This record gives sequence, C-alpha cells and structure tokens, in this order.
Amino acid sequence: MGEEVEAQMKRIEATKGVIGTLVVDPDGVPIRSTLDQSMTLQYAGQLRQLVALARSAVRDIDPQNDLSALRVRSKTNEIIVVTENNYLVIGIQKLPEPDVSMGMGTGSPLGLEYPGWLQKE
Amino acid sequence: AKSTKAATKKKEEAVETGTGWEEWSQGKALVRPPDQMELTEAELKEEITRILTANNPHAPQNIVRYSFKERSYKPINVVDQMAVHFVLEGSLVHQDSEEARKLRVKEVDGGDVEEAGDEDRPDSAASRINKKEPKVTNQFNFSNRASQTLNNPMRDRICQTEPPPRSSFSATANQWEIYDAYVQELQKQEKNKEKQKGTHSQKDNGKSKKVMLMETQSEDVTKWTMASKILERTISQNTFDDIAQDFKYFEDASDEFREQEGTLLPLWKFQYDKAKTLSVTALCWNNKYQDLFAVGLGSYNFSRQGCGMLLFYSLKNPAFPEYIYPTSSGVMCLDIHAQHSHLVAVGFYDGCVAVYSLKEEGQEPVYKSTAKTGKHTDPVWQVRWQSDDMDSNHNFYSVSSDGRVVSWTLVKNELVFTDIIRLTLNCAVSEGPEGAQAPTSGTSFDFHRQIDYMFLVGTEEGKIHKCSKTYSSQFLETYDAHSMAVDTVKWNYFHPKVFVSCSSDWTVKIWDHTINTPMFVFDLQAAVGDVAWSPYSSTVFAVVTTDGTVHVFDLSVNKYEAICQQLVVDKKKTKLTHVEFNPIHPVIIVGDDRGYVTSFKLSPNLRKKPKAKKGHELPKGPEVEVAKMEKLLSLLREPDQNSG
Repeated sequence: MGEEVEAQMKRIEATKGVIGTLVVDPDGVPIRSTLDQSMTLQYAGQLRQLVALARSAVRDIDPQNDLSALRVRSKTNEIIVVTENNYLVIGIQKLPEPDVSMGMGTGSPLGLEYPGWLQKE
Repeated sequence: AKSTKAATKKKEEAVETGTGWEEWSQGKALVRPPDQMELTEAELKEEITRILTANNPHAPQNIVRYSFKERSYKPINVVDQMAVHFVLEGSLVHQDSEEARKLRVKEVDGGDVEEAGDEDRPDSAASRINKKEPKVTNQFNFSNRASQTLNNPMRDRICQTEPPPRSSFSATANQWEIYDAYVQELQKQEKNKEKQKGTHSQKDNGKSKKVMLMETQSEDVTKWTMASKILERTISQNTFDDIAQDFKYFEDASDEFREQEGTLLPLWKFQYDKAKTLSVTALCWNNKYQDLFAVGLGSYNFSRQGCGMLLFYSLKNPAFPEYIYPTSSGVMCLDIHAQHSHLVAVGFYDGCVAVYSLKEEGQEPVYKSTAKTGKHTDPVWQVRWQSDDMDSNHNFYSVSSDGRVVSWTLVKNELVFTDIIRLTLNCAVSEGPEGAQAPTSGTSFDFHRQIDYMFLVGTEEGKIHKCSKTYSSQFLETYDAHSMAVDTVKWNYFHPKVFVSCSSDWTVKIWDHTINTPMFVFDLQAAVGDVAWSPYSSTVFAVVTTDGTVHVFDLSVNKYEAICQQLVVDKKKTKLTHVEFNPIHPVIIVGDDRGYVTSFKLSPNLRKKPKAKKGHELPKGPEVEVAKMEKLLSLLREPDQNSG
C-alpha cells in the first residue's frame, strides 16, 4: 500500500504543470515536500490556518459533516488541499493557459477546431 | 414633734449626766455595782424632782459676745436652744408651680433620656416611681459625668497570599465543538458499559489495541492514500479541464445544420506505458460506478503471444489506471458482474478463466481455472456473468475456440465447471452420431436480456447458433450469418427479438431471431472489429473497423448508411478493436491495437429521441424503443412476407 502511494505521489509530482506538492501531518510538521524549505514552511503554516477556518465553517453548519478538500484558485495557480485523518495533502498547480487544448487525441480533425469551453452556450 | 424630741433627748441627757444618782434614788439594792455611790437611807428616800424643760443641754450657756456699743464683752442670755437632729432635702415640686410646668414640657420631648441619664444619681428612687413624667435634672446639683472607655489602638495587619496560578483560556463554542463534546461523552459511556460487561469484551479491546499499535508503527503513508488519490484526480481535472467541460456540457451546435449526421468529439485518451505493445482485446463499463471501465489487453496475433494485462480506468483520472493486474497470458475477454461490480470474469488466450475481485488486494485472481478444473484448450473469446444460481452462487459462461460453452460456478473457493453445450459442425442431421462431430470454435456469444436461457453463439465459420441452456445437444436455430468468423453477436437492449452480428467479412447484419435471414446488412469496406448497441436507443449502434473508423448507425434515421463515420486514429498505424457505450453518459470508448483507449462524446444527432407529435407528451421508456424497432421491422417484414 505504501508503495502505491509513493508511486502516486511521484506521478503527481512529475505531472506537467504541477509546481510542487507537500504533505503535512496532524501536528503541522511537513513530512514530505518538493518545494524548498522556506516555501514549504510558508505553505504549511498558511494553509493549516485556512483549513482550520474552512473546517470550522463546514462543521458549524452541520457538525456531522467534515471538510474533505479545499481548492484555492488564484490568477496563476491553484492550490489544492485534500484532508484525510487530519493529514493535509497539498498540491500547487499552475493553471493551464486557456487557449491551449490539452491531451487531445491524435487524429480527429473536428476536435481541435473549437475548444469545448468556448461553446458552452 | 420638736418638744417631744427635746424631751426624749433631755431624758437621755439626764440619764447620761447622772447615772449613779438615779439608781440611788430608786432604792433597789439588789445588785450593787462596785462603784455605786454609797448613800444613806434618808438620802435614799429623798424625793428629787425632775423637770422637763425645752432647753438644749448642749447649748452653751455662757456665750459672751463683744458689744461694740458698750465696748465690752457682754454675756448673751438668750441662746438658741434648737438642736437639729435630721435634715432631708426633698425633690418634690408642687404640680402647679412654674417648675412643674417646665418639667412637663421637657417630659414630652425626651423625658426618657433624662430618666436614663439620671439613673446614677443617688436620689433616683423617686424618679423610678414617676417614670412617665419627664426626668428633671436637678438644677442645683446636677453634674454630668462622662467617661471614656479605653479605645484599643488600631493596628493594620496585612497578609498577602501567593496569587493562584493564572492562565488565559479562550475557546470558541461552535456547533461542532458542542457536537464533538457530546460524541466524546457518548464514547466514554459506551466504554464504561463495555468495561462492565465482562472479561471477554476486555480481550477484544486488547486485540483492537494491538491493531492500533500496529497502525501507528506502520508507515505514515497509508494514512493519506485517499487524499493523494483525490489530489491526483483534482490535478488531472485541472489539466484536462477543457475536456472535462466538454464532457459535461458541450453539445455540438453544428448538428442542427447537419441534417442527420452526427459527430464524435474526442475526449480523454487513456494509455499506460506498459501496455503499449498490447492491443485492447476487451472493454467493459462498470454498471455501478459509471466512470470506471475495464480494459483487457492481450494480443490477437497468433504467433506473438506474450503476457497480458487487466486495467481499470476511471474517467476522473485519465493519466493512470486505477487498478492494474498483470497476467501471464493475454486477456481475450472480460465481463464485470452487473450487481457485484467488484467481480470481474476474465478469459485468457491460454484457455483459462479467472475471476478477479477488485476488493481484494494483490494481483492474483480470486479464482482461476486450471487444466484439471476444465479450462478450455483454446483461447476463450467471450465470458459473461449470469444471474446467480439457486444456491445464490455466482456463475458465468465462457465460450472458446475448443467448441465448448462452459458454465462456471463460484462455489466457496472453487470454480466448478459445467459444460453447457458443445458446438459441433452442424452438418445435415442425417449424419447422426456416426459422422465426425468435430468441434467448431465459438468466437462470441451473448445472452438474451429477458429470456434467461436463450443465448446466441457465433462460430468461426460464420454461423450463429441460437441455443438454450437447458438443451445441451441441439441448437434451437442456426443462422448462416457470415462468410468469416463471427466476431461479435449482441442482443438488442430493448427489442427482445433483435440482435446484431459483425464479422471480419466486412459486414454487419441485424437479425430478427425468428427469421432466418438478416433484416439489415451493412457493408463497411473494412474488416469489422466490434459492434455495440447503445443503451439509450433501440435503433442506434456503433461499429468499429480496422481502418480506424467508427461508424454510428441510427436505423430510425437512416436505414442504409451510418449517420456518423469518423476516422479517429491514424489509418495506417492503428486498428480499432473494440467499442463500448457508457451506460449513462453519452460517451463511447474505443480500444485499438496499440493499447490506447480513446473516449468520445456523441453529438446530439446521434442520440435522438423520437420526436413527439404536437399535443402528445414525449413518450419515454423501453416500450417506446421497442415500438420504434418494431415499426422498422414490420416495414421489412411485409415485403418479405409478400415475396416469400
């Protein structure tokens, strides 16, 4: 089980667009990170507080509920925090440029003409 | 009073001055004191007169005063003879006197105070008797005596204790804090109850404690497996955001301009490194989790047989498969159980069948057939789960090139097989038992959706046999379907009589099982890999050919041509091998011989529902689909009947 998770984390880290990942244990200590020390500590500190606030908000409305994930999108990045067992698994991803179509198939002529999101109406 | 007083006083005096003389005059000579005067009898009988006078015997009789007139001392004859015996000053006041009036006024004001103040006086007896009257202070004799008690000196004594240790405590009281507190209380109570129950429960607690310890000792990584999975999916969603949007929302608007044709919008592409050399041999969607599908990988190339793989992908994470099971032999077919979607039946190139359980960890199948337990001797081309048998054991069927259709039952830990039918060259019946009953290979089969016992088997010669589970020796019917091996045969989802078959002889044929000749025949200019009915319409089906094209037909729209023919992969390099419709989303997945699976979204034209007539409500439900198909078939049947 541990190996699968390791492999998963490595995959995530290797994904194009991912700036960094880090994992924070329940005590607030970062146990795994691909960023440098200062950034790690900053992210860990800030996000812990944010997660606590979000969790308080969710549980205040319904105490039987609990926070599972938090996504913060900014102009350039998206910070994704997933909570489990009071661990925080954090990923920072650079948002793809809106014009570039990602991951299309090799041959279809129609798909590349209009990226889907433009045609939402 | 005075006179009597004086008289008595005088008598006393007389007695004083002449004590002996008096006794002597009385003449009682019984007792004679020794110093008594001796008198004669004559002297005793002498009468002496006594005279009471008002003279004070103590008053001096020879007072002399100096007289200035005569310039000499003159004796005073008149001497005051008053002797004062007793004087008592009184405090009585006449009630009419002025002073009484004054006192009465004072009494009204504060007579009590005066009374109390005057208690010390020695003449207070009178005041006690007259309590109601105001106390009168004696004007002449009153003296106020004040005295001060000793005032104890005041002294400050200070004692300072050490202040109790203080700490600031702040907390918030939210809904969830309250809830948590209650939950903890409940747990405590339950623990107490358990403790009271007895020793056996304590043992259980002991065991659970051990488990807890183990968990904490084991790697921390397991704690956040789910989290990392979710993270991966989220990241991939972001990366493929536009595809996800397309998947959900994009409807090809240009379909309105194209009369009947539709298009396929490419969505995600699924690939796995290690599967690059293998071709997709089977695809199956999971009924319960409709974003999960299984891909079987193996090789159709007879000469090059290597290992195979069973992969599960989720639409939510196109980058990496959810489950990976490497197999020793190429996977040729697979089926996911309709109800128990963790059970997957797999047929291999080497003739084995196996059942994998997704719930189990590990890469080995839960059940596997071996040579002893009746595995096929040739590749297994199709497996299908069936409903549980009477003992509620799961069972599935497999068909193989060795000509056997076998039913496998999962009994406890074993796979028990039962030959259902043997496919033989159905030559003229007259040959009978003498003729060589060489088995033919079955290449595909499908079970009827409503009629449980009926199923179709397609063979390598191109014949399709309609069989029944209960009759093992005879076919119900045989159709001369194709000139080459029947690759796929599939019953229609809605219409109970219709099925479709496809073959490498470039044709796709649609049949009514009561009629021996096909209803529709489509020639597609290239070897057909697979055909699949759509789950939402009885007249729509998709076909993939080895020239890399996907054809989608809608018989209610166009009976002769496909309404969509789209080249999806590079014509020269890859061949499409399988196609499957998603149960609920308008998505199809197409597998090819390079190990890729591509997903496409069906444009609206391909998913047409029957148009409602004005005034009528849109009819829904399978009956409509059946009716639709029936209408088509009846059009065809009439000419047949007319001609036949």
